[in-house]
Amino acid sequence: MAEEKYETHEYDVIVIGAGGAGLRAAVEASAQGVKTALVCKSLLGKAHTVMAEGGIAAAMGNVYPEDNWKVHFRDTMRGGKLLSNWRMAQIHAQESPDRVLELEEWGALFDRPKDGLILQRDFGGHRYARLAHVGDRTGLEMIRTLQQHAVHKGIDVYMECNLQRLLTDAGKISGAFGYWRESGKFILFKCKAVVLATGGGGKAWKVTSNSWEYTGDGVTMAADVGADLMDMEFMQFHPTGMVWPPSVRGILVTEGVRGDGGTLKNTKGERFMFNYIPEFFKVETAETEKEADAWYEDKKNRRTPDLLPRDEVARAINSEVKAGRGTEHGGVFLDIASRRSADYIQRRLPSMYHQFKELADVDITKEAMEVGPTCHYAMGGVRVDADTTAATVPGLFAAGEVAAGLHGANRLGGNSLSDLLVFGRRAGLYAAEYCKALKGALAVNTDQVNAFAREMLAPFESKGSENPYTIHADLQECMQDLVGIIRVESELKKALEIIQQLKQRTRNVKIEGNRQYNPGWHLALDLHSLLGFSEAATLAAIERKESRGGHTRDDYPNTDAKFAKVNVVVRKKNGEFALSQEPLPEMPDELKALLEEKK
Amino acid sequence: MAEQQVHMRLWRGDAKGGEFRDYRIGVGEGMVVLDVIHAIQAQQANDLAVRWNCKAGKCGSCSAEVNGKPRLMCMTRMNTFKPGETITISPMRAFPIIRDLVTDVSYNFRKAEEIPAFKPKPKEADGTRRMFQEDIDRVQEFHKCIECFLCQNVCHVIRDHDDNKPAFAGPRFFVRLASLEMHPLDSNDRMELIQQKAGLGYCNITKCCTEVCPEHIHITDNAIIPLKERLVDEFYDPVRRLFRVFAGK
Repeated sequence: MAEEKYETHEYDVIVIGAGGAGLRAAVEASAQGVKTALVCKSLLGKAHTVMAEGGIAAAMGNVYPEDNWKVHFRDTMRGGKLLSNWRMAQIHAQESPDRVLELEEWGALFDRPKDGLILQRDFGGHRYARLAHVGDRTGLEMIRTLQQHAVHKGIDVYMECNLQRLLTDAGKISGAFGYWRESGKFILFKCKAVVLATGGGGKAWKVTSNSWEYTGDGVTMAADVGADLMDMEFMQFHPTGMVWPPSVRGILVTEGVRGDGGTLKNTKGERFMFNYIPEFFKVETAETEKEADAWYEDKKNRRTPDLLPRDEVARAINSEVKAGRGTEHGGVFLDIASRRSADYIQRRLPSMYHQFKELADVDITKEAMEVGPTCHYAMGGVRVDADTTAATVPGLFAAGEVAAGLHGANRLGGNSLSDLLVFGRRAGLYAAEYCKALKGALAVNTDQVNAFAREMLAPFESKGSENPYTIHADLQECMQDLVGIIRVESELKKALEIIQQLKQRTRNVKIEGNRQYNPGWHLALDLHSLLGFSEAATLAAIERKESRGGHTRDDYPNTDAKFAKVNVVVRKKNGEFALSQEPLPEMPDELKALLEEKK
Repeated sequence: MAEQQVHMRLWRGDAKGGEFRDYRIGVGEGMVVLDVIHAIQAQQANDLAVRWNCKAGKCGSCSAEVNGKPRLMCMTRMNTFKPGETITISPMRAFPIIRDLVTDVSYNFRKAEEIPAFKPKPKEADGTRRMFQEDIDRVQEFHKCIECFLCQNVCHVIRDHDDNKPAFAGPRFFVRLASLEMHPLDSNDRMELIQQKAGLGYCNITKCCTEVCPEHIHITDNAIIPLKERLVDEFYDPVRRLFRVFAGK
């Protein structure tokens, strides 16, 4: 077979992914004067960031002057069950206020209180009202602002272009290879640095808030070129996804509902979260309904347990449903109707109002919502240097959900959008610096590129009859049932076996039709990264024999001091994943002191 | 609830041509049109091309024409159709077809590039920026736009006259222009662009755009008409005109 011709482009920095992190990285790299391209799977402005609802966590102290980066740092570390990279948590808390104000300089319009500064809202795990927001559509405001800013900076954008493999030369990044969705034709980028901003892999689970794009591309591409992955066992199941009707199961219900006064109730009408306050958060959590309700008015009171970190709330809902106190559809009630005026609800939560009205025939100003956990966010991902976002492969950088470290074992709501901005900017900055300092020419191995091209076309010539959608659905069943909120060794091992079988089956995938905008083919290719992500997550889940944050083991129900000191690292050796436990970086004493303060 | 069979007619084809094809498929409780499209894709037509992302009306990817009406497929419930009704899905008509339900919407991205960027005024003396909710309410309405381009698709200035596209920005970008012009901090001047290159004058306020907006933005009343009024003030106010004559502008 004659090798197919493909178009080739040369850049200094290729940013893969155009959500908040990718856009911010591209803006920064371009501002540093290096030739930058932004490559994304969907149209510009449709990335997952657009779905973020609640807000951007930043200790600006507009509502509570007592708030500052030290409190935010402490909240993030405690929310992450002390497994977060301390340096990332520090940088994040220190820099996020500037990143929010920068968005305002670029045209974003956040909600305002009476004094005219940016209004901040309450969210789970944050001691003070801290989230800059626009109603419940903060992500839309953020992505549109960044998108328009990037467009006016003249950054080259390659839309609906799916990069599948990274290329290296003597261990350094030298390019990336993929295809145009529209034509199915191949495209090669030669570059000095790649910034991964590809998000997570939540589409491997069945009940998920994630879109088709979330197939673990960045994690798998990085692992394929030998980069370390870290904390892959920690998946966040957001406590409140829609549960009914079946077709909307998993769609996100913002934590802002609880931040603005909503409470969780079981079918007996009990506010059950008071029964699930863990020792770790006892000092700072209200014990009675009266105390919890008073907290909304005055933060001198202790916070409502409805706003415990997401892992705690998701487990509590899971337990209530298991105990038979859930709704007939397997959820619990989230009630704001009986607690706030219709006018307030519509003003604060317009898109939630709209979403329930249109998709579930529920008027949230009159009735309670039915909610349950939904796969939402990967805390783990590519292991990066805290300051520079550099992965362990030279020339590779990662920011946002695809990177590991900031969120430890559990992410706080609102810390994602700020993560995207803070580390997106740093990724762009340090990728540019790396390019400027790089000496010598890089080569792209054309034999390797041609081999990738053949691999990607194989499903068209396959003699098999596997349907890629069926394999994907089987993987989702497997991860949902065996690598879900509550895990146990025997099931995790079974999941590994199934993943191996599914890998075999992908070789027999047969694609009908041609290469032009063919979603069946696109999914067949994404199965590689979905399976890579799932395998790494399952292996890491077996390795961590304790329960912590977004990783709960039925066979090891408690935290274990031994595991409090290590990250689980996964890396590929000779094509197979290998595991190791590596010690957490030592935290400076002055930061340790912040964590030890009571309340 | 027992599954019901529905009859779907989907447009299949590419830039060279195509046809409507029939599919019969089971529908479960609460399903939206996009769910049905996905079911057909998984079970009967793996290569059926469609755009989607959030499936919750937040990203504006799955725009199409459902029984001739421009809609987001993810927000169109199957129980809004009569039992036994054939449901026809076609791609947006105002844009060139790529394949099946996917169209080439690059026109919109080109128009976005032509609009001068937001340019903030200097900060307050204390280094802050203060704005009041009542001053930004109207701009926040415009910022709700999810860029589904249904307003562009339905606007007869370009829907029926493709040759108008170079000289017409379309409702989406009138909303964008209005959001910049009414932004309390912006200091850029876009009036000449609005009058000339963006072609606001082509709009004769039939409100088709407002009717199809899934975000219920009052495109005509709150964006287009106020912009038209500003144009009148800027270019046709006799006092200002006289002033321009003397100022030599």
